[in-house]
Amino acid sequence: MINVTIDNKQIQVPEGTTILKAARMAGIHIPTLCYFELAGMKFENKPGGCRVCVVEVVKDFNGRPRRNLAPACATDCVEGMEVLTHSARVINARRTVVELILSDHPADCLTCAKSGNCELQSLAQYLGIREIPFKGEQSHYRQDMSPSIVRDMDKCVMCRRCENMCNNIQTVGALSAINRGFSAVVAPAFEQDLVDSPCVMCGQCVQVCPVGALSEVDDTRNVMAAINNPKKTVIVNTAPATRVALGEEFGMPAGTIVTGQMAAALRRLGFDYVFDTDFTADLTIMEEGTELLGRIKKFMAGDKSVRLPILTSCCPGWVNFFEHNFPDMLDVPSTAKSPMQMFGAIAKNYWAEKMGIKREDLVVVSIMPCLAKKYESKRKEFYKDGNPDIDYVLTTRELARLIKQFNLNLKDMPSEDYDDPLGESTGAAVIFGATGGVIEAATRTAYEVFTGKQCPKIDFTELRGMEGIRDAWVDFDGTPIHIGIAHGLSNARTLLERVREGKEQFHAIEVMACPGGCVGGAGQPYHHGNSEIIKKRTEAIYREDAGKPIRKSHENPSIIKLYKEYLGEPCGHLSHELLHTHYFDKSEHVEISE
Amino acid sequence: MAVIKLSEAKINFIKDVCKSYGNKPGEVINVLHKVQGEYGYLPAEVQELVAKELGIPVSRVYGIVGEYPISVCLGTACYVRGAEKVLDELKRQLGINVGEVTPDGKFSLTCLRCVGACGLAPVIEVGDKVYGRMTPDRVKDVLAEYK
Repeated sequence: MINVTIDNKQIQVPEGTTILKAARMAGIHIPTLCYFELAGMKFENKPGGCRVCVVEVVKDFNGRPRRNLAPACATDCVEGMEVLTHSARVINARRTVVELILSDHPADCLTCAKSGNCELQSLAQYLGIREIPFKGEQSHYRQDMSPSIVRDMDKCVMCRRCENMCNNIQTVGALSAINRGFSAVVAPAFEQDLVDSPCVMCGQCVQVCPVGALSEVDDTRNVMAAINNPKKTVIVNTAPATRVALGEEFGMPAGTIVTGQMAAALRRLGFDYVFDTDFTADLTIMEEGTELLGRIKKFMAGDKSVRLPILTSCCPGWVNFFEHNFPDMLDVPSTAKSPMQMFGAIAKNYWAEKMGIKREDLVVVSIMPCLAKKYESKRKEFYKDGNPDIDYVLTTRELARLIKQFNLNLKDMPSEDYDDPLGESTGAAVIFGATGGVIEAATRTAYEVFTGKQCPKIDFTELRGMEGIRDAWVDFDGTPIHIGIAHGLSNARTLLERVREGKEQFHAIEVMACPGGCVGGAGQPYHHGNSEIIKKRTEAIYREDAGKPIRKSHENPSIIKLYKEYLGEPCGHLSHELLHTHYFDKSEHVEISE
Repeated sequence: MAVIKLSEAKINFIKDVCKSYGNKPGEVINVLHKVQGEYGYLPAEVQELVAKELGIPVSRVYGIVGEYPISVCLGTACYVRGAEKVLDELKRQLGINVGEVTPDGKFSLTCLRCVGACGLAPVIEVGDKVYGRMTPDRVKDVLAEYK
């Protein structure tokens, strides 16, 4: 431990602690811009580039003051150091730094997608900047829009958070800083568009971008137009993780459950029917669980052609990732569609037929914690005669904006139920929103189907947690089943490589692209690096599960009815047509040309 | 599925170079130098193959690679000895203006003032190589060295 004095406050910190971290331990706030930490997720971005966190070292290791201001995020404390974080000199320098950044930043806060959530805007406010004294050339770069993400590099402050996230936490490798000096920009290789790059649309770059350089594609206007069209029946389904995060946008503490209020608000917005993606999450368990048991039974009967482990396929970012990076393993993931796409297929076939609504007159909207879902809904295999199964996907943030535009406050909303029959769900479905949840839900059902006995427990706590890669053995009444879990794509890559090399064997692996699972999704309210928020949302997910009267997917009465009335049996003929999909090789291949 | 098309000899050469550096991501600059030394420049396919061999994103390789910067000296000595005519010929042959990059990403064109080689005026630089006593006629030959 070493002794340092920050703003006349004496503290002891472990060796190797930066001034920024030491100050935070002492409860002293040093403003930052490029620095970003997601504690517990092994993500720290400190390029030391923006210089907003500069401090004055009045006494350095040699007992003398340091001549230049030091960046707090990249300077380690030394014994006897004395630091001032808010001296007149520091504040002056900090203001100049922000003024310089603003001199090369479009001043279009009025219409910027990040307005109100922008860290640069907050800094300008905090430092009381009223004019920008520096005038000069501004950097310009073409805009780029994928089905999920909008890139406006004119607003980029080169904090490199997105690059760090994309390459190190997700190992996607779509974004890098290219060119030098004033023309430096973060872009895909060969300055391609994002859609042509290995980008998997997980959107974590958007979640960490401090400014409006990266934002989500906004579909709120399309949804409003559909609601305004009297010819259309507009229905909505809400993903598990949205109900534990939407409240944050209305000032409620992280982890507040707003399921009933959200359903009520959606009705006020004018949706004709309010359904739940949780219903088709239960359906996913029936299909994926049956597929898993089928493979395990075949394997145990000595069929060596069977591919194990089965990989979950609910997460569209993950699906994109293995299509790009594991083309040799395309037959390993479950062929089950994601709950959202299952919802679209059931709504536009089973439900539309039942209600006598023509496919083209039915508009299906999804409320998702996710940006990759926007892309997923536009995949060609999910279209029929030019009409998509899911018409529009709104993120949790977009829904919050719409609710506010309607002069509604979620806090004042009564708690209402979802509509039947696509609104009934179990506790197993809601935990899809947290890492480990899908496989826990599958375990609850697979155990009982496999053994024919009632499962002695419902909570498989060994499958829960925040560790990036986890594994557990679950005893299926004498048959041990090995389950793996990964969240964050670098962890998924590590786990899959171990499996490919034959170092480890699993029966089933769950993967979620975003750190924490869907609760940490890129469409959720911005967490600004506070991983406590993700933990609180996770706890809320398990609270919601515990409070449900039915907690196993196969006991959902509406699901039982759906199979009886329409589908027949899980993985049957109609299921295969409507609820299963296939995957494509999107990797780069080397071929001899001459 | 994207396909990287290269001749067999090139594929083998690049793979060997990467192997000689132990396929280590940290050796990317050395690998690129060596490959460039052999082929003169680094087209997209080559960058993709190097990225694949070293197990790093191609965006990172591209972030390191630049085009050949061609700089034309417009200092007094070069200017009076006809640098402007050389510049015009470069613009014509590359089809770009000063401050631009050719569509294939191979050359960029800039001007500068004096490289301290006034005795050789007019002077242009391609990468770090200096070409003295330039004439519009010689432009074609100089560019050919990099094709």
